[in-house]
Amino acid sequence: MAGVDTKLVYFSWVRERVGKGEERIILPEEISTVMELLLWLKQRDESFAAALEFPEIIRVALDQEHAEHTDKIGTPREIAIFPPMTGG
Amino acid sequence: MTSQCVTVRVQSEDFDQAVETALLTKGRTDIGAVATFSGLCRGEGETLTALELEHYPGMAESEIETVTNEAMKRWPIDGLTVIHRYGKILPGEQIVLVIATSKHRDAAFDGARYVMDFLKTNAPFWKKEHRADGDDSNWVDAREEDEQAKARWE
Repeated sequence: MAGVDTKLVYFSWVRERVGKGEERIILPEEISTVMELLLWLKQRDESFAAALEFPEIIRVALDQEHAEHTDKIGTPREIAIFPPMTGG
Repeated sequence: MTSQCVTVRVQSEDFDQAVETALLTKGRTDIGAVATFSGLCRGEGETLTALELEHYPGMAESEIETVTNEAMKRWPIDGLTVIHRYGKILPGEQIVLVIATSKHRDAAFDGARYVMDFLKTNAPFWKKEHRADGDDSNWVDAREEDEQAKARWE
């Protein structure tokens, strides 16, 4: 998955704290799992540090399917990052 | 007529329970039970002026469909309609509707409850509060009880 161009989308207070709804990034090749992605994003800047302060509670979807933090990311076209859901 | 009917809609507009129920029951004589759940926006003692519901278009629908498919496998349900709204919703207004129809009540009750329990924690919706004091920065926290409600079915 080295250098794969991927769309990231953010929702709810994650979106507000990072200050944007979506962006395209090149995923560094050393990132393998969902948690590694969250930790890498967290150290990008202060906004991401605030949004991902507690990465263990953050939910991630790969191509619109829920993923566990230990899951391999693979090569999705879209990765969504959001807080626990509060619908219904 | 014994065909199964599943409808999932995510929309900003309000919905009419009676109309949706009639769509599942009209012209049928085999349905003996209709279980309906609707979730409304609470005013929280007039401290809340509105809820703003954000959703993940595409995944919201597909996650609800995953839940409805599982419910159809687990119970002999004839018809299942799930409607979830997004956007600004005022106290007293409807947010979500689940209708399950079946020959007997158990499948209808259980199916409707199962869909609600999984929808709460799996469908990508988030509620933001607009408060009467002008504060509109608070996102509703996920509740541990909702996770426990889901665990009951596992």
